Amino acid sequence: MKALHNLIEKKVKPHFEQDGKLSKFYRTFEAFETFLFVQGNVTTRGSHIRDAMEMKRTMFHVLIALIPALLFGMWNVGYQHYQAIGMDVDFIDQFLFGLYRVLPIIIVTYASGLLVEFLFATIRNHEVNEGFLVTGMLLPLIVPVTIPLWMVALATVFAVIIGKEVFGGTGMNILNPALLARAFLFFAYPAQFSGDEIWIYAQVHAPEQLVDGFSGATSLAVLAAGNLESMPSVMEMFLGTIPGSIGETSTLAILLGAFVLVATGVGSLRIMLSVVAGGLFMGLLFNLFAVNEFMEVPAYYHLIMGGFAFGTVYMATDPVSASQTGTGKYIYGFLIGVITLLIRVVNPAFPEGMMLAILFMNVFAPLIDHYVVRANVKRRLKRVKPAEA
Amino acid sequence: MSENDNNQKEALFSPKNKKLLTNPLGKDNPINVQVLGICSVLAITVQLRASIVMAISVVAVMGLANVIISLLRKTIPPRIRIIVQLTVIASLVILVDQVLKAFVYDVSRQLSVFVGLIITNCIIMGRLEAFALQNKPWPSFLDGIGNAAGYAWVLLAVGFFRELFGSGTLMGYNVIPGFMYEMGYEDNGFMILPPMALITVGIIIWVHRYKDRDLIDIS
Repeated sequence: MKALHNLIEKKVKPHFEQDGKLSKFYRTFEAFETFLFVQGNVTTRGSHIRDAMEMKRTMFHVLIALIPALLFGMWNVGYQHYQAIGMDVDFIDQFLFGLYRVLPIIIVTYASGLLVEFLFATIRNHEVNEGFLVTGMLLPLIVPVTIPLWMVALATVFAVIIGKEVFGGTGMNILNPALLARAFLFFAYPAQFSGDEIWIYAQVHAPEQLVDGFSGATSLAVLAAGNLESMPSVMEMFLGTIPGSIGETSTLAILLGAFVLVATGVGSLRIMLSVVAGGLFMGLLFNLFAVNEFMEVPAYYHLIMGGFAFGTVYMATDPVSASQTGTGKYIYGFLIGVITLLIRVVNPAFPEGMMLAILFMNVFAPLIDHYVVRANVKRRLKRVKPAEA
Repeated sequence: MSENDNNQKEALFSPKNKKLLTNPLGKDNPINVQVLGICSVLAITVQLRASIVMAISVVAVMGLANVIISLLRKTIPPRIRIIVQLTVIASLVILVDQVLKAFVYDVSRQLSVFVGLIITNCIIMGRLEAFALQNKPWPSFLDGIGNAAGYAWVLLAVGFFRELFGSGTLMGYNVIPGFMYEMGYEDNGFMILPPMALITVGIIIWVHRYKDRDLIDIS
């Protein structure tokens, strides 16, 4: 290892430094160097380190938290496929089938996203940030497995440029980039992104093999259509053996991820709890009125259907685009839950509301923070005033 | 007084007058720099054809309105000048609307209410207020044409990209070859929606500022 370090330090680095032949690509070099080795430079002034959680490590924790959902998603892709064509294969085959279908999506996402990141870092001469590590893993988990790969690449490039780089890069984005990419796909290519025929691999790539009378509708679509008989059971929805986007189906796997996020202090428990509270509140409110089947379903159904759990745990808690203040987080989360259910139940044009609700609240998060801070200032001023008088 | 006389003899395309024409195309672009008239850019740029017709209409209205207001500038009482300007613009817009209905009815249908809404286009009112009320007819005419052209090229650029990527056509003709579709290419439905027009304008502004560093506001 030391020999390698020396080799890079002596032979490779000079080319990239000022006056070197490849000085234009210094940022690219730097990104790989810091990825491999701990940086040698030390702060010269007082530093403000609270603990060892710098960005790289934070991002890494999120990746770890995504593993259960990812692995389950891969297996579920295979499981749904073989069930749709009526074949009975063992666990490993189901998993490998999913792995083989999901891996290209992940690779394409990372390749296109990192290409843009490196390009911007080179042009703008700033460090390559680690922010995309998580975005690149989140995006494959929230698309259907049948998505064409070029669409994934296009959406990733769009989200990284328009969602992140124009605002100044990692940490400056208003919207969650992964969700922005999904929203882009959702509006740009609705045929590939909604309906009942896209969630299972066999439906698009081997429709002639499908079992007779097979339906690949998601639980939300089934509910929206109003036929309660074909709803999957609560246990199926909780475990996630239902059609849906790759990583969103299993509430159980997502709960494992949530546990990792909360235990390491990366994800905000306040936001998660308040999103759930908002969803339950709105669900119960619908139950009170209950004019159609969708309004009648038990409120907790909404928590285990569609992307609610995934959005709550991984998307709403994005530390950049969420509210920063404590009180703000409660308001932000609660409204996400409420709006999600509003879109799901009341608006027939959109089957799922989680994505739009989070993006919508992302936009409002700075406003919420602003008023929370103002209220705090006001409260404390009040405390001072009587003493003066 | 003598200065005034000098102005009178100024060449038709003196450097100063040329600037009136060219500045709004770049440095002083009504859309990219002043961010005016965005509404119609978002609404009617789904197709290039509609954008072209809209651009021509605005050029005509703006050039004529500037000349008319400039001619009347000494007789308009300041307190009612906005009403007078509106009347002039509205008359011209009605004229344009009638011409469109007579000769390109389908495009006129497509533009629908937005032809009438040229009246409320803030670029036109802005130029009348800021320029035509203080200047002679010829510079006013150049200023009107220049600003309208600045508006027009952005409109055409947005219309071009939106039609190309949104419908795969230009002026209604297919330009994306068939084999692309066979390979799995699809038109981007998002391009047809207004949000993407806003983003396209944003990208144009971005590129414009990148090219012209003076525009970057670092306050």
